[in-house]
Amino acid sequence: MSNVGIVIVSHSADVAKGAADMVREMVGNEVPLAWCGGDPDGGLGTSVEKITAAIDAAWSEAGVALLVDLGGAETNSEMAIEFLSEERKGKVVVCNAPIIEGAVMAATEASGGSSLDEVRSVAEELSPR
Amino acid sequence: MPTQLDKLINTVCARIIAAEPELTQLDSEIGDADHGVNMKRGFEAILVDSSSLAAQPLPDALKAAGMTLVMKVGGASGPLYGTLFMTLGKELPPEPSHDDVVRAFAAAIDAVKARGKSDFGAKTMLDVLGPVLAAISRPGATFDAVRAAAAASAEETIPMLATKGRASFLGERSIGHMDPGARSSQILITAVCDALEGTS
Repeated sequence: MSNVGIVIVSHSADVAKGAADMVREMVGNEVPLAWCGGDPDGGLGTSVEKITAAIDAAWSEAGVALLVDLGGAETNSEMAIEFLSEERKGKVVVCNAPIIEGAVMAATEASGGSSLDEVRSVAEELSPR
Repeated sequence: MPTQLDKLINTVCARIIAAEPELTQLDSEIGDADHGVNMKRGFEAILVDSSSLAAQPLPDALKAAGMTLVMKVGGASGPLYGTLFMTLGKELPPEPSHDDVVRAFAAAIDAVKARGKSDFGAKTMLDVLGPVLAAISRPGATFDAVRAAAAASAEETIPMLATKGRASFLGERSIGHMDPGARSSQILITAVCDALEGTS
């Protein structure tokens, strides 16, 4: 699929899954979508391994936009991106946007075939400057 | 006969693991109460590999331990401590001199700042690592001086206002509590001093 992929990373697997359900309701299967949540033992937190797997699952040659919730989700996502191959690294971004609204807006934009930059800026319009 | 690296790994891991309740308590006051459990998970994972880590040259062992923390900790402290260890591994030669340690530690602090998008004075682990670097850098630095700098600087985070991390959500209410990351850094630095000095 050539549409930009969306990855949702929350401390809570329930939140991530719920946000993904809302995205699916909006865009169906037109956008590659993956979510992850929880630390390596399944408690609240995030895991570089799970984030890496989610990026793989939502991979698109057009790129992947990540929507994250709090601090550690962002830090772990940035770490996961750094571990990607040189070729993939430049095609993955963390959006500075609220996780649920950002995911729905980004996916809606992506479903129209927009570029990674366009998808990211639509999500980031939701954040105060 | 355990090597120095073996002793270093085991001492650091044992101290962090033993500090789990204290770190949990500190983090429950101004954070999300997961720092103790997260650090314990990460250092237990290092301990599992301790004999293979100890058989490697110091730079490789540090890089591998850092990677384990990144993968296993599950909070922001994973990438932060992981970056600290991995940068030390990248910068240190197998048999480091005092100058090598100073230079590598400075580089590691810069890397942690970049990873956390933070700086000194935000009530974080950096507020211990900075004064520790200053203590290490002084000519004729002693283990006692480094331990004292770590202890004093961790205490000094108590009156600070948090401007980074979960504690920053509390605003003024973050004042009056020791930063959990500053405390875990103090424990780690003290453990390293004790192991290298041979008093553990």
